[in-house]
Amino acid sequence: MAILYQRKKALAVRPVKSSQPVGAALAFQGMDRAIPLLHGSQGCTAFAKVFFVRHFREPIPLQTTAMDQVSTVMGGDDNILEALKTISSGSRPGMIGLITTGLTEIQGSDIRRVVKTFREQAPTATDVVPVACPDFTGCLETGYARAVEAMIDTLVAESGPRESTDGPPRVTLLPGAHLTPGDVEALKEMVAAFGLQPVAVPDLSLSLDGHLEPGPLTPLSPGGTPAAAVRDLATARATLVFGDALGPAADLLRRRTGVADYRFPAAMGLKATDRLLTVLGDISGQPVPESLRRDRQRLLDAMLDTHFFLTHKRVGLAGDPDFLLGWRALLGEMGLETPAVVASMGGEALLGSDFGAIQIGDLEDLEDLAVRHGVDLLLGNSHVAELAERLDRPVLRCGYPVHDRLGMPLRSWVGYRGGWLVLFDLVNTLTAHDRQRVAPYRSVFPLAAAV
Amino acid sequence: MKTAEIAALLDEPACAHNRGPKSGCARLKPGATAGGCSFDGAQIVLFPIADAAHIVHGPIACAGSSWNGRGALSSGPDFHRLGMTTDLTEQDIIMGRGEKRLLFGIKQAVERYRPAAVFVYQTCVPAATGDDLATVCRTAAEAWGTPVIPVDAAGFYGTKNLGNRIAGETLVRHVVGTREPASVPPGLFPPEVRVHDVALIGEFNIAGEFWHVQPLLEELGLRILCTLSGDARFAQVQTLHRSRATMLVCSKALINVTRLLQERYGTPWFEGSFYGIRDTSAALREFARLLDDFDLAARTEALIAREEAAIRQTLAPLAARLAGKRVLLYTGGVKSWSVVSALQDLGMEVVATGTRKSTEGDKARIRELMGRDAIMIDEGNPKVLAGLAEAQRADLIMAGGRNMFTALKSRLPFLDINQEREAAYAGYRGMEVLARQLLATLESPVWAAVRQPAPWETGPNEG
Repeated sequence: MAILYQRKKALAVRPVKSSQPVGAALAFQGMDRAIPLLHGSQGCTAFAKVFFVRHFREPIPLQTTAMDQVSTVMGGDDNILEALKTISSGSRPGMIGLITTGLTEIQGSDIRRVVKTFREQAPTATDVVPVACPDFTGCLETGYARAVEAMIDTLVAESGPRESTDGPPRVTLLPGAHLTPGDVEALKEMVAAFGLQPVAVPDLSLSLDGHLEPGPLTPLSPGGTPAAAVRDLATARATLVFGDALGPAADLLRRRTGVADYRFPAAMGLKATDRLLTVLGDISGQPVPESLRRDRQRLLDAMLDTHFFLTHKRVGLAGDPDFLLGWRALLGEMGLETPAVVASMGGEALLGSDFGAIQIGDLEDLEDLAVRHGVDLLLGNSHVAELAERLDRPVLRCGYPVHDRLGMPLRSWVGYRGGWLVLFDLVNTLTAHDRQRVAPYRSVFPLAAAV
Repeated sequence: MKTAEIAALLDEPACAHNRGPKSGCARLKPGATAGGCSFDGAQIVLFPIADAAHIVHGPIACAGSSWNGRGALSSGPDFHRLGMTTDLTEQDIIMGRGEKRLLFGIKQAVERYRPAAVFVYQTCVPAATGDDLATVCRTAAEAWGTPVIPVDAAGFYGTKNLGNRIAGETLVRHVVGTREPASVPPGLFPPEVRVHDVALIGEFNIAGEFWHVQPLLEELGLRILCTLSGDARFAQVQTLHRSRATMLVCSKALINVTRLLQERYGTPWFEGSFYGIRDTSAALREFARLLDDFDLAARTEALIAREEAAIRQTLAPLAARLAGKRVLLYTGGVKSWSVVSALQDLGMEVVATGTRKSTEGDKARIRELMGRDAIMIDEGNPKVLAGLAEAQRADLIMAGGRNMFTALKSRLPFLDINQEREAAYAGYRGMEVLARQLLATLESPVWAAVRQPAPWETGPNEG
């Protein structure tokens, strides 16, 4: 059990939290030829776009209903309809995510009704997925999870489980917002190694993995899971859920389809990966493949090689809950300590974790905690990296956003392979910064030897 | 803010757009709109005031993904990078506790950071629920003895440009004229040099580029009372009314400030640019002319001669490699012509330029530089830009960061010219930086690699 300290300050300074609409917009990037539409003033969209463009260094499809003074007072239904018409007639997307913001939530905008009206006017138009996403509650991870839940709600019909008729048995992955495109790919590879066919909802490894398309630039996501595959989720043999935020989405999927699910925090480190592979063995009836057994031996060896440097080292970290929980598993099994932890929001999962204490707050809090308790290393996004520079501590960048380093989206942290890479990175980051040498001592006596 | 006040701000007498058939700015189109909101525009103008605390009053979306996101550099304090926000919760909104949180938030900021002033930014949610920013700010200013300035520019008021204007207007109404400049310490300059106080409006010190220019102005005896707002301090903004000549660096964003300064304090102003050799020299000459100082004019000519000779020598080998390269330029406002002149200084050919945010005056200057038949791009979506680049056989697209992928995914060299960039292009020395950045993309061997199909997709099979 961890102790959660609630936010007491009036002001957040150097926030660690990003908004729910931003997270929901991210989820739609992993759906094929999709475009999210933020129902709010145009700034919500502009900020979210810049946020992700700087992180991924990729174009980010995202549009706005462009609320103004009149529609704020008189209601924005016409803005939604006009935007949906413009987008669906222009670029013919595979899916539109209609996401509310703080402004339209306090307005009480009934987006489901407006989507229904749109359907009546344009019955053959693309799928529209309405997501209620105020920014005065939750964080990036929960916004992303709400979008996934809304996709299931919109596309998956009530049915019993069905066997798929083509190809190997299917397994659904619901990867949380804390997983990178590289992570999603690594998870899919592990699933496929057991002779199973993975379908990830959403699948960022097919869109934001930084690839060069042969054709011209489109205003839609350049890949991802198609809406049709979501409709077919009842044909999966099992669902694997990564991240506590996706709990409600997973519950809904199980209610709709009856497909059994298995839930994991993130699959970082030895034990989490062991559990994942055990589950995959059960689902497939196959033994763990030779290559993964070899990977496990490598991770064990890396744990031995790196433990001298890592055990008892003190880490400060800040982020959303699932991000923190994923890291805790890996740090804990290597004997690293976490005296300075800041979460963007609370929740049962954090309460039940083996973190000692967690402050719900911002990077000003992390700075105070890191100074008070002394930390050897910081983990977090580019803003945490700036803090590390000011505190003269080494930092390993991870999470959103990382805009001062390239290649983060392809980086994978999960599985045995991700595990040993993280361990080596932790050691290399620490030793590159190591200043704890014994200061040379100069004898008080003149050179003792006779000349 | 009332609709009438917004309409008044959109009606800018000094702006050439005003005389056209459509006044102000057209309504935004849902589903086909790009760019920031009024809050974004206001923070762009005010955040670079680096010794002030900047508190964004609203839920997390407004500050959470945008804080510390711009390239305006400070030579000293960096409170503008603190990302302060009231981070309003659902309970704050339901229970009407936003104003109280803001009041104590201002206290927290003042007590921990001791800022020279506090700017408080209104955003959509508290604007819609009716939080009274002005009263909270007045109460806080009295209680804690620090200027607290409300900036009423919620996102749904309109575009980024409107936010720029609201911010400028706020400064002129609440800040300018509330302090006198310090006297110039004796002995800094030879006795024959008269020191003049000047100001720059719309210069944001992106990537520190103004530090290429400021030493030259000071060498001439021009004391910069304030730049609005790159590397600015609150006290400098307070003394802006004492400027004897003002340069408007970004034409659209803050034209209302220069107009108001002229109306209220009689400050003469000119519009200029520090991009390119010709424009940098022209700006220096314009200061000398407005200040009506014969000796300054002579020293300015000497400085220009020295700097131009030096940079031309540095640029000669670089320009030889750039000569004749064809550029498609897509940017807004003043940069639509100022960058044209910079590129022409390097011997490059500009095949088309963007005029999305340009005034009629900007367009006249473009024709002057590029000829009567210059291709002007009014609305450059990716499809238009890529098509035009192909039709005009452009070697390079130069545009804002959002268009980077238009170029890269079309396998075309690209240079970022907007605020997010990390290179300093202003002044004479900035030209060398610009030339080297241009060569880095134009001469890269990657273009050949990305334009060729994989070996197994064409040609005879080796196996």
